[in-house]
Amino acid sequence: MMIELENVTGGYGHRTIIEGIDLLVAEGETVAILGVNTAGKTTLIRAISGALPHQKGHIRFEGRDISDDPPHARVSSGLACVPEGRHIFPQMSVVENLMVGAYHRRSSALDEDLEAAFTLFPRLKERRRQMAGTLSGGEQQMVSFCRAMMARPKLLLMDEPSHGLAPMMVEEVHSAINDVNSRGIAVLLVEQNVSSALRVASRGYVLDHGRITLEGTAGELADDPFVKKTYLGI
Amino acid sequence: MTPLVQAILDGLLVGGVYGVVAVGLSLVFGVLGIVNFAQAEFLMLGMYVAWFAWSFLGLDPMLGAVLALAAGFMLGYVIQRLLVQRVMSSDHVAQIFLTVGLLAVMENGALMIFGPDFRSVQTDAQMISYRLGPFFISAVYLKAFVAAVAISVALWALLNRTWLGRAIRATAQDAPAAQLFGINTRWIYGIAFGLGAALTAFGGGIVLSFAPAYPTIGANYVVLMFTVVVLGGLGSVMGALLGGLLVGIVQSASTLVLPIQLQNLALFVIFIAVLALRPEGLLGKAAK
Ligand SMILES: Nc1ncnc2c1ncn2[C@@H]1O[C@H](COP(=O)(O)OP(=O)(O)OP(=O)(O)O)[C@@H](O)[C@H]1O
Ligand SMILES: [Mg+2]
Repeated sequence: MMIELENVTGGYGHRTIIEGIDLLVAEGETVAILGVNTAGKTTLIRAISGALPHQKGHIRFEGRDISDDPPHARVSSGLACVPEGRHIFPQMSVVENLMVGAYHRRSSALDEDLEAAFTLFPRLKERRRQMAGTLSGGEQQMVSFCRAMMARPKLLLMDEPSHGLAPMMVEEVHSAINDVNSRGIAVLLVEQNVSSALRVASRGYVLDHGRITLEGTAGELADDPFVKKTYLGI
Repeated sequence: MTPLVQAILDGLLVGGVYGVVAVGLSLVFGVLGIVNFAQAEFLMLGMYVAWFAWSFLGLDPMLGAVLALAAGFMLGYVIQRLLVQRVMSSDHVAQIFLTVGLLAVMENGALMIFGPDFRSVQTDAQMISYRLGPFFISAVYLKAFVAAVAISVALWALLNRTWLGRAIRATAQDAPAAQLFGINTRWIYGIAFGLGAALTAFGGGIVLSFAPAYPTIGANYVVLMFTVVVLGGLGSVMGALLGGLLVGIVQSASTLVLPIQLQNLALFVIFIAVLALRPEGLLGKAAK
C-alpha cells in the first residue's frame, strides 16, 4: 500500500474538522476526494502532508508510520504536494521555483527533470526566467505542479489543481495527471469538478462534514444517486 | 561643484558600510517577519570583537570584521533558537518586548564588561588619502567600501546561488510551502537571524576602522539603520544595500548646507517623507 490512513482525526486549535478518516491509496493508483466546500478536503490533505498542527490516528507511508514526522521530513519519504491556491514562490523565477521542488534531493542532476517539466509544459520554458508571481493563474498552476514533480514523488497530493482555470487549462492539467500516472506515480486528487475527477481517478471517497460517507470505484460513484444529485447535478 | 562631488564621493563610500549594517535588519524582517530593535547592538558587538582582535592580535579591523561576522552569526543563531523562536507566532507586542529587552541587556552587558571607555584603533590607512584630480579619497573609507561591496556580493551569491539561499528566500516568501518541499523552516529562521546579526557585526568591524567603539554606539545607528531599510523597502536585501548608499550620500551632502550637528535631520526628513509617500520603499519588495 502506498499510503494508509487509519482513524485520522484533526483540526485547528481545539476545533476538530476531520474525524475517523480511513483511506487507502495503492501504488500507482489515482484516487479522488470529493466533497462540497468546507467538507474538510484541504484539511485532510494537510493532515497527510504534515501541515496540520494537531492530529490523532495513524498515517502509514509504504508501511512506515509517518504520523509524527514533521512536514519537511515527509517529502523525502516520497510525498509531494500541489497545495490549494498554488503557493508558488512569487519572487523567484520559474526555474528557481522548480529547483525548490528538488530541495530535499539537492542534487546537481536537475537538468533532466527540468527538461521533463519543460517538455510537459513548453510555455514554462519560454518563461523560465520570469518571476513566478507575474505569471497567469494557469501558468502558476503549472509551476506548482512541476515543482511537486521535481521532488520525484511516489505519491502526489493535489488539492484542486484546476480551480479557477479556463476549460482548456483544466484539460491540460488532467492530461498531466494521466502522464504522472503512466509513470507509476500514485495521485490523491481533490477536485470540485467531480465529473472530470471521476474520469481521471479509478476510485474515490466522498467527504462530508469531515467524515467519509461514501467510497467506491469511479464508476460506482458516478452512478451513485447521492453523488449524481449533489455533484453532477443530474 | 567640486565640494558637492567630493561630498557625494565621501557619502558613497560610507554609504556602502551603512548598507551592510542595515541589510541584517532587513534580512531578519524579510525572513522572520520580526523587527529586531536590538539589531544595532550587533554592530556594537562587532566593533568590540574587531577592537580586541586589533589590540591583542594586531589584526586589521577588516580582518577583525571577519571574526565579528563569525561571532555575530553564532550569537544570533543561539538567540533566535533560545528566545526569538518562542515569539515567532506571538503578537507584535511580545516581539517588541523581546527585542527591546535584548537591546537593553546587550547594551548594559557591554557597559558592565567593557566599561564606558571609547576604544579606537590606529592604522596606517588612517594617514593616507589618494588624490584623484581635484578630489581626495581617504584610504580608510575606500577599504571600508571595498569590504562592504565584497560582503554584499558574497551575500548576493549565497542567497541566489546556493541551496541554503534558495531555502532562505523560499521561507521568506511562503514558509508553509517551503516546508512542504523539505525545508526545515525553524532551522532556516535560526540561520537567517544569525546571518542578519553576522552582517551587522561585520559592518561594525568595518565601522571601527574610522570610528570608536563604546557600549551605546548602537543607539547612534538605530535611526540610520531604520531609514536605510525603510528607504530600500522593509525586507528587501538589495533595497537595503542601495538604501545605504543613498543615505550615505544624503548625509554627506547635507553637511554642505547644514551644520554637522544637524546631519541626522536630513535623515529624519527622508525617513518621514518615504513613509508618507512610498511606504513600500523606493524599490518596493521587488528585490527581496
Ligand atoms: N487555518 C485554519 N484555521 C481554522 N479553521 C480552518 C483553517 N482552515 C480551514 N478551517 C476550517 O476548516 C473547515 C474545513 O475547511 P477545508 O479548507 O478543509 O475545506 P475544503 O473541503 O477544502 O473546502 P474548499 O472546497 O472550499 O476548499 C472550514 O470550516 C474552515 O473554516
Ligand atoms: Mg480546500
